[in-house]
Amino acid sequence: MSGRLTIHSAGPMVTVQDMGRSGTLSLGLSRGGVADRLALIEAAALLGLSAPVAAIEMAGMGGVFSTDTPTRIALTGAPMRATLDGAPLDWHGSHLLPAGARLEIGPVTRGAYGYVCFVGGIETHPVLGSRATHVNAGLGHRLAAGDSLPLGPDPAPDAPAVALPVEDRFSGGEIRIVEGPQTRLYSGAIRARFTETGFRRSTHGNRQGVRLDFDGDPFTAEGQLGIVSDVIISGDIQMTGDGIPFVLGPECQTIGGYPRIGAVIPADLPRVLQAAPHAPLQFRFVTLDEADAAFTPEAALLKRLRAAAEPRIRDPRDIADLLGYQLISGVTAGDELKGD
Amino acid sequence: MSADPRPDRPDIAPLGVDGVLVRFSTRLDDVANRAVLGFAADLESDPPHGMIEIASALSSVYLRFDPETVTRAELTKALHARASARDWSAPADSAGRRWHIPTAFGGDHGPQLAETAALLDMSEEEAVADLVANPVRVLAIGFAPGQPYLGMLPDRWDIPRLKDITPSVPASALVVAVRQLIVFSADTPTGWRHVGQTAFKPFRAESDAPFPLRPGDVLHFDPVSHDEFDRIRAGDSDGSGGARLEVQE
Repeated sequence: MSGRLTIHSAGPMVTVQDMGRSGTLSLGLSRGGVADRLALIEAAALLGLSAPVAAIEMAGMGGVFSTDTPTRIALTGAPMRATLDGAPLDWHGSHLLPAGARLEIGPVTRGAYGYVCFVGGIETHPVLGSRATHVNAGLGHRLAAGDSLPLGPDPAPDAPAVALPVEDRFSGGEIRIVEGPQTRLYSGAIRARFTETGFRRSTHGNRQGVRLDFDGDPFTAEGQLGIVSDVIISGDIQMTGDGIPFVLGPECQTIGGYPRIGAVIPADLPRVLQAAPHAPLQFRFVTLDEADAAFTPEAALLKRLRAAAEPRIRDPRDIADLLGYQLISGVTAGDELKGD
Repeated sequence: MSADPRPDRPDIAPLGVDGVLVRFSTRLDDVANRAVLGFAADLESDPPHGMIEIASALSSVYLRFDPETVTRAELTKALHARASARDWSAPADSAGRRWHIPTAFGGDHGPQLAETAALLDMSEEEAVADLVANPVRVLAIGFAPGQPYLGMLPDRWDIPRLKDITPSVPASALVVAVRQLIVFSADTPTGWRHVGQTAFKPFRAESDAPFPLRPGDVLHFDPVSHDEFDRIRAGDSDGSGGARLEVQE
């Protein structure tokens, strides 16, 4: 049965996001969609879905939610403090959200963007092929108390809860980058200094891009004021006129006149966008062959993660109505997740 | 980087893991831009194997591909073959689409017209007459949704951007710098000079046709009095701002 999601309160940047728009780049509208694409793929894996669906993205701070029908949810991306009617919920896992229960999600404990995803997906009307809020383009809006959103149905709310082992991508670290068409506008010395510099994720960062703080001289390119404006995409590392690097995010502009020293490979982009303010970031150039080898198509990634999702082992003492559970089905249901 | 790209011999370079950039020039160049528009239109009508989407900028075409369907090397080879198949900068056969957009110049509707005219050694009237004498082409759409880069204006309009950014210039404003014009999609901080105001919205989020302009469209800015402009804007309900589109087959 379809249902509705009610927002009782929301942090300052809580939005509906999916995998974004394809085909609007030529019209000046960047792809947009989730800041952490892996988080939505993980959610699909946890919920046994064959493709990611529109979910709630929460930057830094969550909100209070309830639904009018029982539905399974997945909590992914940056870990946040979460409770269901007061009882703590594990992150990186799926849970049953009973009708009328109060899901409270607080601040991130690490990282930047957390996600709550519903099995049936959020079923707002797609605009230009996507449900993603594009703040910069004025498509959709930040969610606030009193908002109510349509939800797709959950065909099997009683399916067992599952968990997914997740590698930490919420604390910065080493980021692999490839050269782009403008990399060689930077001297060898500047490029070397760029990879030797210990950057920190600035407090200035949003869905358009993340500024990088560092000590030392700015990074300037040869003839950078005369560069013709060119297509820019998420993952590009663009320098401002002052030589300050930004890693571009999903809502970046589509054409820019500032030079780019390189591009973060897709596998490492979530690690940059999920870095909390002050988290350390260091860049390393890899060859295109290495970047190609590290590239996994998102459909293949989902298949792999679905196989990795496993039924959560729960302490029977934590289960209020133990007799209501079919304990055997909790074991066999793992197979359901592996087929399509 | 290989030899400098030319309109008849573009450079094709990787842009990220699943993209390539086809550059017809590394400068803003009218001939290269014609090649960009011709080549991009051909890719749209006859997409190479594995292409997901393209976007064109002033002097280059970006192409995103599906690495599962085609390798970068295969795609690059196919693009080189296509690029050298003909002169992409040759003017298209059809006359295309021409817009006539009512525009108020100077005063509150173009507060930087006076200083712009002074840079050109002209009176405000002369500057407006010179600006509207030559229609401009949509060189590229981008930066913001639907927003056109327009050109090329004659050499004398090669005026630099302002060093001090104007904090907010309104949506639908006509601004000028470096031989180009832009009609803004939204209120924007900018270093371009605000010389006129239209009521034309390049992005209409609520509309069935949210992106009225296409690369290659030709725009005429038709001067109207401030009173006439205010009437047009007050009566506008669909974002067209009194603009008229002629389509010639």
